[in-house]
Amino acid sequence: MTADITRLSAATLAAELAGKQMSSVEATQACLDRIAEVDPQLHAFLYVDAEGALATAASVDRRRDAGEELPALAGVPIALKDVMAMRGVPTTVGSKILENWRPPYDATVVSRLREVGLPVLGKTNMDEFAMGSSTEYSAYGPTRNPWDHDRIPGGSGGGSAAAVAGFEAPLAIGTDTGGSIRQPAAVTGTVGVKPTYGAVSRYGLVALASSLDQAGPCARSVMDAALLHEVIAGHDPRDSTSLPGPVPDVVKAARTADVRGLKVGLVKELNGPGYQAGVRQRFSEVVELLTALGADVREVSCPNFTYALGAYYLILPSEASSNLARFDGMRYGIRLGDDGEANVEEVMARTREGGFGPEVKRRIMLGTYALSSGYYDEFYGQAQKVRTLVQRDFAAAFADCDVLISPTCPTTAFPIGEKVDDPLAMYLNDIATIPVNLAGNGALSMPIGLAPEDGLPVGLQVIAPPRLDDRLYNVGAAVEAALEDRWGHPLIEEAPQ
Amino acid sequence: MNTKVTPALVPYDDAVARYEPTLGLEVHVELGTASKMFCGCPTAFGAPANTQVCPVCLALPGSLPVVNATAVESTIRMGLALNCTIVENCRFARKNYFYPDMPKDYQISQYDEPIAIDGYLDVEVPTSDGVETVRVEIERVHMEEDTGKLTHTGGATGRIHGADYSLVDYNRAGIPLVEIVTKIVPGTGALAPEVGKAYVSQLRDLMRSLGVSDVRMEQGSLRCDANVSLAPPDGPLGTRSETKNVNSLRSVERALRYEIRRQAAVLDAGEKVKQETRHFNEDDGSTSPGRSKEEAEDYRYFPEPDLMPVSAQPEWVEELRATLPELPAAHRKRLQSEWGISDFDMQSVINAGALELVEATVAAGVSQAAARKWWMGELAREANDRGVGLSELPVTIDHIVRVEDLISSGALNDKLARKVFEGILAGEGDADEVVAGRKLELVSDDGALLAAIDEAIANMPEVVAKIQSGKQQAAGAIIGAVMKATKGQADAGRVRALLLERLPAEG
Amino acid sequence: MADLTREQVAHLAQLARLDLSPDELDHYNEQLNVILAAVAQVGEVAARDVPATSHPIVMTNVFRPDEVRPGLSREDALSGAPAAQDDRFRVPRILEEEPS
Ligand SMILES: [Mg+2]
Ligand SMILES: [Zn+2]
Repeated sequence: MTADITRLSAATLAAELAGKQMSSVEATQACLDRIAEVDPQLHAFLYVDAEGALATAASVDRRRDAGEELPALAGVPIALKDVMAMRGVPTTVGSKILENWRPPYDATVVSRLREVGLPVLGKTNMDEFAMGSSTEYSAYGPTRNPWDHDRIPGGSGGGSAAAVAGFEAPLAIGTDTGGSIRQPAAVTGTVGVKPTYGAVSRYGLVALASSLDQAGPCARSVMDAALLHEVIAGHDPRDSTSLPGPVPDVVKAARTADVRGLKVGLVKELNGPGYQAGVRQRFSEVVELLTALGADVREVSCPNFTYALGAYYLILPSEASSNLARFDGMRYGIRLGDDGEANVEEVMARTREGGFGPEVKRRIMLGTYALSSGYYDEFYGQAQKVRTLVQRDFAAAFADCDVLISPTCPTTAFPIGEKVDDPLAMYLNDIATIPVNLAGNGALSMPIGLAPEDGLPVGLQVIAPPRLDDRLYNVGAAVEAALEDRWGHPLIEEAPQ
Repeated sequence: MNTKVTPALVPYDDAVARYEPTLGLEVHVELGTASKMFCGCPTAFGAPANTQVCPVCLALPGSLPVVNATAVESTIRMGLALNCTIVENCRFARKNYFYPDMPKDYQISQYDEPIAIDGYLDVEVPTSDGVETVRVEIERVHMEEDTGKLTHTGGATGRIHGADYSLVDYNRAGIPLVEIVTKIVPGTGALAPEVGKAYVSQLRDLMRSLGVSDVRMEQGSLRCDANVSLAPPDGPLGTRSETKNVNSLRSVERALRYEIRRQAAVLDAGEKVKQETRHFNEDDGSTSPGRSKEEAEDYRYFPEPDLMPVSAQPEWVEELRATLPELPAAHRKRLQSEWGISDFDMQSVINAGALELVEATVAAGVSQAAARKWWMGELAREANDRGVGLSELPVTIDHIVRVEDLISSGALNDKLARKVFEGILAGEGDADEVVAGRKLELVSDDGALLAAIDEAIANMPEVVAKIQSGKQQAAGAIIGAVMKATKGQADAGRVRALLLERLPAEG
Repeated sequence: MADLTREQVAHLAQLARLDLSPDELDHYNEQLNVILAAVAQVGEVAARDVPATSHPIVMTNVFRPDEVRPGLSREDALSGAPAAQDDRFRVPRILEEEPS
């Protein structure tokens, strides 16, 4: 019985809850049981809040029983990436430096989840401070890919993607600074959306790179992602970079699922020799499919994307080096080396040395250098100019296209341990996802089949112009419907149990 | 190894005879907004520790700043009052350095794009030959945020060095600060310390009249860093020292004076002045070097990604310009002409710190002459003796109004009025209570006066004769005797009238 | 672009308050040079006349009204403190004067 519940989509669960065929407590308990069953292997969760989730579920059930009109996702359980502050619940950001820290406040995204009544099952694993593409840099051990436990689930949001792919939760919140929602979605056969920068409040999202970070939905279907998008998006006066104005109707777009006459640009620079053969094969099949569905697919060139990775690996560490300064062992988190003799400067340095992992330190060092006097213009300043060029490339491409497409990542999930000591190889995972973060557009990743050579999921990236996130859901839902027709079921059903 | 003995201080007059000082002043003003610069926490002074904090000003992970609109408007108004150009597009930047009183370990400030630039303040500097106006040019006015407050504990001194640990209260962290930086101020010669003091004093008056800050130096809402360098006449600019946290007007003058004397001694000894940060010691008026750093700080400034740029559109700036009150310089000019007094008299009022009180007293109906007479006379002396400001004396404007009423009704004369103030200062109550308590009322009963007059006439027949022979000026001796007999509580004019009635000139 | 020296790396670690071990200094020295070489192409883009983009989507004058909002209770404020005393955060002794 419970196994069945956990395989339902969020949309179906929501309908059953609304029709009182099931209670939220039942749904939540089913997820908790599934977590107890599979998470010892997957390690998608860093913390499971059974009590809190069941309390929320019970309160939603009571309100529903009292005849209250509730929002669509009320009572549908969700997993939260451990990068979001949640009052009273441990929030570690995958780092030892925040071990046991319980925030005294809620992120805006968490407040919205509470308002709508989504029981939060717990906090999901991630690369430390969201720095990584494999979740291997978590201070609390790696998460495993439900498709193959010896492979990475992507990162930094590997925990959220694995929780969804592993049927531990129908929905999860992720954050995406250079691909941390989309790349995990691609390698776990799930759907992940990075909305337009500013569409979802960053208040309470522990900052990695402020000008790149964006939270978004993780789900098993495009419609589920749209339903969650609708809950978390919207203006927040506590985030100065939050977009004012109404949220595009993403749920309606997911229902529309019609690409007839749509101009789809295939980005030449995001598909080529560096991409795995099976990834390219599935991608070209989707191009054919889109054409068959009535879309007008053409190739576009974004020449400055070549420089995007370099610019990203200057901007991100620069902002991160400053954002992570506050982790100094003075106000919260752990403090190391305070022996009564050491001065404050030494204690800060010891705390940060012992509290941060190698990738975090690497990026802090890099960012400190890129911002330091005499190097700013050469590095950070120049990278910000490249960012302008990337935006111009997008603008030029969108002058001719409604959406752009590419594979989400160059390869399928790689084996755990393969790239952990090779930062450059790790960084290359994000080559197709990074331009979007630099420019601020929204983008979606969705499963488009398994690579023939390894039987692992391949992701399609759909990119829309800034603010027009509804287009992502329209295209995604159309492709999803066509593929499921072909396969006879959603791809995720093929994942081993 | 430096084995040289620190040279002695050079006498001030010798120092400024040999070297030309160049000033620079950096002033931080805490704005008097209701809430902090980037969060909704209150800014009230003196609240219990860590009760005016939130995730933003404690820099909890995930929190984000949002700019206080009033703080921006206040800064623009300050820029306008300082005759600055308001920059149409500016932004915030992060200044990165680790320090435990700064929760984010960076300060949100402005760097290469401040909101206001290129202004000036015409400073009136009192000199022995009257008032000299010195134009102090303003380099920039920018917005930033204050830090928390550290208490150094353990060890012997309670000072930073020797403390075992420190305690931090973040109530002050995030209070809006405006930093006002002057360009170098050359050519002030021996007047340099007075120019520094007058600048800070007039800047304070300006902020107060704008209503943007309560500018209480003793509470730290206005803080000054005083920079000075010396150079031989016509020589290139010297190396400057920066004396931090000079936090009273008197200290500004003392710190500059000390630094000029110290640097002159260094230069006289053929050594070079070190570019360094120094601390002012209130106790003896000296400065001492801060811990010298091996390397220059590298603040790694970059545009604050959490905040959007500020666009000061001309229409908005003009709207704000229209809200500027009459500024202190114009205000002083207007009062001086309304009162019809000389530059010197006006400056005396300003120097005595009595301008506001005199103005308010005049507004309450007292003549400007009387208002100046009382505030600048015994009251100023008393305040000086007590070492307090005029407004801190127990005498109020209402007291002065009442005393002046009593004088004009003939109940008091000047001499008695002084005694009334003496009584108020001694805590004997208000004017009427002092008059009653000390029995200071003029004797206005003609009968009593006539009795005293008759007695004097009887005692001074030769004076009587003179008066009766037409020498009315001789009446003074009898009037004096009557005043003495009534212990000064008679109205001398009335006495004279009665006497002359009694002794009409013969023939 | 010249390679970073070990001294530079040590200076960066000091600026970033990271008490790196000698081994880590060597390790990061090597890795930073590899990464910097890889990102160096960014410096080769002819972008002299191109404005910098600091925010992906720019708005101006995003302000809040000057109104007091409830903050944290003192208990909540101090709840994460590694050390506290007298309602304040307790920090180790401070040697350096604060910059301004
Ligand atoms: Mg400053
Ligand atoms: Zn606050």
